[in-house]
Amino acid sequence: MTRTNLPGDARERITRRSPPRNVAGVMMMRMRVRTRLPRRSEEEQPIRRKEAKPRTVMRRTVMQTKERRGRREERKEGRRRRTVRLSLQQTHSLHSPFPICLFCSSSSDSNSNSDEEEESMSEGEMARLMEEVEEKKKLIANIRNKPWRMKRRLVHLKEAQQFVDKFEGALGKGKGRKWYAYKVMMTKKWIKFQRDFENFRTACIPWERKIKEVESHFGSSVASYFIFLRWMYGMNLVLFGFTFGLVVLPEVLMGLPYGSIPRKTVPRAEQDTAQDYSVLMDFNGYCKYSVLFYGYYNSQRTIGLLKFRLPLSYLMVGIGTFGYSLMVVIRTMAKNADVGGGDGEDGEFTFAWKMFTSWDYLIGNSETADNKYASITTSFKESIVDEQENQKDENIHLRRFLRVLANVMIICSLGGSGYLIYFVVKRSQEFANRDDLSWYEKNELELIMSLLGLVCPPLFETIAELEDYHPRIALKWQLGRIFALFLGNLYTFLFALFDEVNTKLEEEGSIRNASIWAMKEYYANFTRAINDTESTPPPMDPADVIRGPCWETAVGIEFVKLTVSDIQVSYLTILIGDFARAVIVRFLNYCWCWDLEAGFPSYGEFDISGNVLGLVFNQGMIWMGAFYAPGLVGINVLRLLSSMYYQCWAVMATNVPHERVFKASKSNNFYMGLLLLILFLSLLPVVYTIMTLPPSFDCGPFSGKPKMFDVIMETIDLDLPAFMGTLFSYAANPGLIIPAVLLMARDEEKNRRNNTDSTNQVMKDLEDLLPNRSLAPPPVPG
Amino acid sequence: MGNKQTIFTDEQLDAYQDCTFFTRKEILRLHGRYHELAPHLVPMDYTNDPDCKLPLALIVNMPELKENPFRNRIVESFSEDGMGNLSFNEFVDMFSVLSETASRELKAIYAFKIYDFNVDNYLCKEDLEKTLNRLTKEELTPEEVELVCQKSIEEADLDGDNKLSFADFENMITRAPDFLSTFHIRI
Repeated sequence: MTRTNLPGDARERITRRSPPRNVAGVMMMRMRVRTRLPRRSEEEQPIRRKEAKPRTVMRRTVMQTKERRGRREERKEGRRRRTVRLSLQQTHSLHSPFPICLFCSSSSDSNSNSDEEEESMSEGEMARLMEEVEEKKKLIANIRNKPWRMKRRLVHLKEAQQFVDKFEGALGKGKGRKWYAYKVMMTKKWIKFQRDFENFRTACIPWERKIKEVESHFGSSVASYFIFLRWMYGMNLVLFGFTFGLVVLPEVLMGLPYGSIPRKTVPRAEQDTAQDYSVLMDFNGYCKYSVLFYGYYNSQRTIGLLKFRLPLSYLMVGIGTFGYSLMVVIRTMAKNADVGGGDGEDGEFTFAWKMFTSWDYLIGNSETADNKYASITTSFKESIVDEQENQKDENIHLRRFLRVLANVMIICSLGGSGYLIYFVVKRSQEFANRDDLSWYEKNELELIMSLLGLVCPPLFETIAELEDYHPRIALKWQLGRIFALFLGNLYTFLFALFDEVNTKLEEEGSIRNASIWAMKEYYANFTRAINDTESTPPPMDPADVIRGPCWETAVGIEFVKLTVSDIQVSYLTILIGDFARAVIVRFLNYCWCWDLEAGFPSYGEFDISGNVLGLVFNQGMIWMGAFYAPGLVGINVLRLLSSMYYQCWAVMATNVPHERVFKASKSNNFYMGLLLLILFLSLLPVVYTIMTLPPSFDCGPFSGKPKMFDVIMETIDLDLPAFMGTLFSYAANPGLIIPAVLLMARDEEKNRRNNTDSTNQVMKDLEDLLPNRSLAPPPVPG
Repeated sequence: MGNKQTIFTDEQLDAYQDCTFFTRKEILRLHGRYHELAPHLVPMDYTNDPDCKLPLALIVNMPELKENPFRNRIVESFSEDGMGNLSFNEFVDMFSVLSETASRELKAIYAFKIYDFNVDNYLCKEDLEKTLNRLTKEELTPEEVELVCQKSIEEADLDGDNKLSFADFENMITRAPDFLSTFHIRI
């Protein structure tokens, strides 16, 4: 018998008259419940109402008395109360759906209270009523979690909402009535606002269609990379907003224009070449003396009409970048933590899980589906074989020797790459003194670093074949090694950079003397020429002032160049490694001896691990460099935006679904964990330089101060009221700071420990990242 | 938000937002999808709650469900009559349960319903065999099928009745790391 959707009462009447005997037990239950639900139906009420009649009649009498008093509010409340009593009776007739069994007692209590004249609702009733309202509100909030049919939900929702609406008014008795009504109204408005905001937010999420397309073709693990990319784009957009709005814009709008002071002008010596394309590509020339880099910003304490404190804002934005990123990453990790519920060991529910969770419901493409069927079959066969055999350990000594050998080789290659970078940085310092450099020599450092990042991971993988670990363990080792590689490279680069910075600082000392000397000479010449010792000489032309080396801008330039070369290398890799390969395979296949598509090289598969790690490490570099080059965040935003479109196109046009379709797990917490680690590691150098290195004397917002954070001290002294200064000096007591830091550290630990529940899940996620690993057991001899 | 649409009243949209895991935009999009399955049957105006059901055959041809080996069972589990005819309410319900933000418990309940082919509230051996055959397109030998089903029941059965009740299933599935991400359809 087909159910028909009839509106309102008609439906209810029909259901009651002939509850269909249907096989589905659920439906039966629903039918039964529905027969008890309807409020307006008359047939249901008689049983209850017979008992209740005297009470309701008395209630009505009381109400009518009140109405005769002629007070408008009480009449309203009276009506509400009457319907309250009625609905109380009705809800008393309901069973399981509403967890409100207190009503049984409330109806009896109302008996005793019915005699009261004045406040017909005693405290107890009020409290009970409030509880009931809270229950209904909870029901409304959770109704989407109930496993009911939609129609039933809608009906219950409507009832609950009407109940709550009726009562909210009735509850506002006594002293706090107006305040209560106000509170209720504000809560409603707040809920509505939240809902509208949520709607607005989801309407703003970009690239939903694109990601869905990728998902249906490639499964959820490839799509998770793009979801991660989108998340990073959002975070970088916010960081860009901070930097642009609070640092760049004020300087541009309210600060001095280009050419007015030495730090904002290209020096006379460089002016001829300042516009050359090659110079600009190196971020020298006009690029160097622009808002992109630290050196452009003026150290004036307040600028413009609004007395905007730029140096303070610069420092705060720099620290705030890290703070915001930290907060966002931890919040996302916490949100994802309850998603990964698997804390069971590997062998606990192997077959059951394979049976019920291996099919990826996101697949919408027949080719992917075929791949998925094949991989599920293979996976079952592997497990069956596993189940039927014992694994024997074969020649443990050989295995141990091979593992030690592999580790030695890898440590050698790590050391080799670290030394290579150091060597190249030293060479680039020599190059800085020469002028006739080829393109390769100018960009050698960045190229080498990017290439190392490209070449070493596959190298590690091949060496790891010697080790013969279980794929999951092998993956842990592989990831650890890639991490060590990146860290080693980056920190070698940083140390080499610090060497350069120290040289520059020494240089600065002598230049400062030279510039003061030159200034005196200039004034002396001027007075001699004019022969008038009283008029003040005009200031020296900014282009002629002798400049300090400005190490912060140099560091900023290095990071920007590194990022740009990273972008170039990754785009080129996609173009050649994926696109050119696909074109060759497709078109050369017609005239080639073997089948290019099926054999070597065939089409590429999307390298999830490589891309995600690249994204995470790139973000680390941005965090490190953003303090010295405010424009870097903007460059990164552009890069992520273009990357999204470019990679979506590349994956759809040139890649094929993975042959072994991985377990689609929500790997996001693993990526987030990596990101968190990189965040801390990139925080360290920046904090170190802020705390210990003296800023350049003639460039940047902190010029002239002994240390960068002196800006804060200055602000506290000059801008804040006096008592705050003394407050801060008390708070700066080490005895207070150390416990505070320890407390925070302990909270962090607790947070981490809560997240370690998901590390097993995380480890399972790692399996996704390892391509071409078969879980087939090693062949048994004999 | 001020969008002038005439498909639903604002109260209806609010009610849907409360009853599902969808936002307003997604509900309107769902209606669009439902409508395009059968433009002549599905009215554009849902303000007076019209009675309109689409048959199973139309629904399982949606691109999101087309490749799913359990598509028939999915649609049947969400239909009132058990035959797979979905009204718009049930259509929305189906995608809400399968959406990303639905709770684990809710998904477990419906997963159980989906895999229960003979609708007897237990996952018995025949149900498991059918599931397995659909997953592997019958590539496994009967002995292998027997072994896998036996092992699955052994692993998950807590009360020893040689079939999986909902409690057994829930206990097993909530610990699965992949469950939430695989039991997900994006619409």
